[in-house]
Amino acid sequence: MKANEVPQDKRDFKEGDKIHKLMYAVDNDGKYTGITSAGWEAENIATKQAWDAVDEELAETEEKVKRGELSPIAYYMQKNLMEVSLLAKYVGKWQWQVKRHFKPSVFSNLSPAMLAKYAAVFNISVDELKNFGK
Amino acid sequence: MSTLPYKHYQHAHCESGVTANLLRHAGINISEPMAFGIGAGLFFAHLPFVKVSGTPGTTFRTWPGAIFKRTTQRLGVDMHTQRFRTPERANQALDEVLASGKPAGMLSSVYYLPYLPEAFRFHFNAHNLVVYGKENNQYLVSDPILEDVTTILPEDLAKARFAKGTPEPKGFMYYVKNVPQQVDFTKAIQAGIKQTCFFMLSPPLPWFGNKAIFLLAKQIKKYPQKLTPRKASLYLGNVIRMQEEIGTGGAGFRFLYAAFLQEAGAMLRRDDLQSFSAELTKIGDDWRNFAYHAARLMKDRKSDLVSYDELSDLLRVCGEKERDLFGRMQKIKW
Repeated sequence: MKANEVPQDKRDFKEGDKIHKLMYAVDNDGKYTGITSAGWEAENIATKQAWDAVDEELAETEEKVKRGELSPIAYYMQKNLMEVSLLAKYVGKWQWQVKRHFKPSVFSNLSPAMLAKYAAVFNISVDELKNFGK
Repeated sequence: MSTLPYKHYQHAHCESGVTANLLRHAGINISEPMAFGIGAGLFFAHLPFVKVSGTPGTTFRTWPGAIFKRTTQRLGVDMHTQRFRTPERANQALDEVLASGKPAGMLSSVYYLPYLPEAFRFHFNAHNLVVYGKENNQYLVSDPILEDVTTILPEDLAKARFAKGTPEPKGFMYYVKNVPQQVDFTKAIQAGIKQTCFFMLSPPLPWFGNKAIFLLAKQIKKYPQKLTPRKASLYLGNVIRMQEEIGTGGAGFRFLYAAFLQEAGAMLRRDDLQSFSAELTKIGDDWRNFAYHAARLMKDRKSDLVSYDELSDLLRVCGEKERDLFGRMQKIKW
C-alpha cells in the first residue's frame, strides 16, 4: 500500500471516529513509514455489521423479557456482550445455574445477595436489574 | 537504566508496540516492526470448530505474549514478569514499580478500558498497555494504539487487569530489569525470520500456518451452500475484522512484517531481505483486495455462488504467493 493510498474513511458509529490508528505504508521511494488512518470502508462495513447483529439480538431479547419469556439477566448479559460461559465465571456459578436464572420464575426468587452479584457485574443497581422490562 | 521521562509513541499493534516502547525507554533503539519481526509475530490460523462469539476463529498473528517474550529473550533483555491473586496486591506492586521510576507493561481487557470508544470495546483479554506514572490518584497510561497518552482510575484498571474469560490476565505485569551493554540485532533478526518461516510452513495440521489460508479458501467456497446469507456475511465480516481492525497495521500484519524485512535488510546490508519486503508489500495489497471484495459481497448480502468462488480464489492466490515467499526465505544463507 502506498502512503498516499492509506484510506481515511470515517468510522461514524459508537464513537469509532475518536481513534486514528497507525498503518504501515510505503512512500514514493518504497520506504516504509507510519501513517494514521481514520478507518477503511471495508473494515467499517464489517465492524458495523457485527455491531448491528449485536443490537438486533439485543432488541429481540428485550422483547422476550417484556413478554415474560426471559429474565432481565439474559438481556443485561447480552448488553454487556457476554456469553453464558463468561457470565458464569463472573458470578461464580455453573453455566446451567446461570441459564436457570434466565427463567422469570426462578429470577423472581433469587436471593438479594445473588441479585447484587449480577447487578455489580452488569454495573447497574439491583433496582434497575429487577425492574427491567416492567 | 535511564530515569528519563517516559516518551509515548503510537504503534499499530498493542504487543509489539508496548515491547518497543518499554525497550526504547530502557535505552534500546528499536522500532515496532523490528520488535514484531524479532518476536516472529506473523502467523495465520483458521479454526472452523472454535467459535468466537458464534463465528469461526481466524488469526493473522501468533498467540498473545509470544512476541514480547521472544523479542526480549532474543535481545538478551532481563525482564520481570508477575501475576497476582488480588487487585489490591497488583495495584500495590504497580505503585512500587512506578516509585522506582520504571514504566510497567500489563495485560488488560479492552472491554473495561473506559478511554476506548465503544466501537472497539469487546471481551478481548490480551490487550497490552503501559502505565508510566500516577497523578491525582489516576494512573498515567500509554496505550500504544492511541495517538496520545491518557489516564485511568485505579478501580477501572483493576477491573481490566482482572477480567475473566480466556485467557485470564490475572493482573499480569512486566517491566525491564536489565538491558545488556551491547545488543546483537543480527542474531535476533535471523532467529526471528527462521521461526516465522518455520511456523508458516511446517505445521502438519490444516488449521495452522500457510495451509490454513487454503483451508479458509475452501470453507469460503462452501459458505453459500452451508450457511444462511446472514451467517455467511457475519463469517466473512469476522475475517475482515481480524485482518484490518485496529492493531494489524494493515493487511493482517503483512505490511508490518514487510516493514520489518526492509529495516532488517538495511541494518544487515542484505538486498535479498529488501526484495522479500517489496514482495510481501504486494502480497499485502492482495490481502487488502480480498477484504475489499469480501466487504462488497457482505454489503449486498447476495449469496450467488460466483462471487464466493472468486473470493476463495483471491485468497488462494495470497496463500500460494506466501508459500513461495516463505519457502525462499527459509533457504536464506546467513
